[in-house]
Amino acid sequence: MIEAVSLTKRYGNTVAVDNLSFSVKPGKVTGFLGPNGAGKSTTMRMALGLDNPTSGQIRIDGKIYQDLKYPLRKVGALVDPRWVHPNRSARAHLAWMARSNRIQAKRIDEVLDAVGLTAVAGKRVGGFSLGMSQRLGIASALLGDPEILMFDEPVNGLDPEGILWIRNLMHRLADEGRTVFVSSHLLSEMALTASELVVIGRGKLISQSTTDEFVARASDDAVRVRSPHLQRLRGALTDAGATVHEVDDAIIVSGMDSANIGETAAAHNVVLHELSPQQGSLEQAFMQITGDSVQYHSDLDEAPGQVLASGTN
Amino acid sequence: MTLLAVERIKLFTTRSPWWCMLVALVVTIGLAALMGATAESITVSTSQAGYSFGMAVVMVLAALAVTTEYRFGTIRTTFQAVPRRGAALTAKAVVVGLLATFIGLVAGFGSWAVATLLQPEGNLALDTTAKWINVAGISLVYGLAAVIAVAVGIVVRQSAGAVSLLLIYMLAVESLVRVIPDIGDKIYAWLPFNVADRFISGSGGNGDPATSTSPLSPGWALAYFAGIAVVAMVLAVAVAKKRDA
Repeated sequence: MIEAVSLTKRYGNTVAVDNLSFSVKPGKVTGFLGPNGAGKSTTMRMALGLDNPTSGQIRIDGKIYQDLKYPLRKVGALVDPRWVHPNRSARAHLAWMARSNRIQAKRIDEVLDAVGLTAVAGKRVGGFSLGMSQRLGIASALLGDPEILMFDEPVNGLDPEGILWIRNLMHRLADEGRTVFVSSHLLSEMALTASELVVIGRGKLISQSTTDEFVARASDDAVRVRSPHLQRLRGALTDAGATVHEVDDAIIVSGMDSANIGETAAAHNVVLHELSPQQGSLEQAFMQITGDSVQYHSDLDEAPGQVLASGTN
Repeated sequence: MTLLAVERIKLFTTRSPWWCMLVALVVTIGLAALMGATAESITVSTSQAGYSFGMAVVMVLAALAVTTEYRFGTIRTTFQAVPRRGAALTAKAVVVGLLATFIGLVAGFGSWAVATLLQPEGNLALDTTAKWINVAGISLVYGLAAVIAVAVGIVVRQSAGAVSLLLIYMLAVESLVRVIPDIGDKIYAWLPFNVADRFISGSGGNGDPATSTSPLSPGWALAYFAGIAVVAMVLAVAVAKKRDA
């Protein structure tokens, strides 16, 4: 159980985390979602006692991190996979961490095996690829067999196989009854991984709910439909109260879910060639919800022509 | 004890301490060999001519032991594993200090042995306390200098910054202070490395002139230098506790 209570962090005049309160419960994967610069990493660093909150607290099972006796046995975290000495071997890196929290040495081989780094355990970490570093980071998070796990953007820079591996790992850890807290700026990734979502923007809480709830709220039920009898279907759907836009050889239906569209089509004897709920709109809606809270906007969207033009001057 | 073991593992699983250790010993013992081969009559104190160069290398080793942790972010992993920052950093200072003490011991006696080997008829008998200190005392001064370097490393956090600050101070700033009219010499008498030199070189009288202007006795000089190391470490820990890692 992780609990943030009125957590606030200021750097000079910038408020990185603003009166943030949420809780993360065991047995589930909880996503920590927000655009870049929303304060996700800062919040995680405060949870781990690395940064001091300006006010408020973030507690681990009722205790602040500094009061944990053997913290690695309670909380395993991957904040930044580059926090290793490049000339130290993977095994040596895990060895000093294990020793510091009186974790048995055989556990080092277990976690190396679990993340598939046994073969390169003696190699210097500086030569690792991003994916291997990420695996080492996960190994160090798992080292103390902790009840609580925190991962900051764990799939960043990973290949599809690595992404799938991490996703499955997190589900397995949650199924074992552990608390899994994972941050990401990608809603599509979180929709596949997390069953609960804590959403923040500009350091403020936007929502805490189940992922299904958030997705339902975020997506506007757009469904892409193709059919040889498009005109007939179009009339039927409009009569049923849906809004229809024409796109190339298909229509985008909003205000009605795919089940109802299918049934309407069947009732009118219309053959369907495609009936697909639109994931793209999910990201768009997420941007609408968090839109005001994105800290670093780019002007490129508005004026690509100007940028290009000034580049050729 | 656990934390000392942790810092020992960290120190010896990277390469730079080994290189620094090697360089420190080559510089000190090598210079003693050079003196032994060229000087007309060598004394105990001239056999230790490489003492301050060796100390410079030891301080580089000590500063790097902590600044590389900041450079690569392992200090955060360290504080994650051991949130009591004071304990973690003190353990590091102790382990690095002990290694420096060991280097000093090998450097001191190694230099003396090489000199004795090259000039068996030289005036190298360790027949007074002062001469013993001149050889064996190097270990203690290296150990304390390493603690000071660790403290500076904690505060400065950057390798280049910490190393240049330490070396410039030790090799230049202290002696430049003497140039200040009237009070320069009085300040210089109390500057740490000058005082440490008092402990090593004693009050002269071994057939060598005194090299330190400190008014302290060798024993008090060592205590003074140790006090500076402790104060530096206390300040550094206070800074590290207040800062975000």
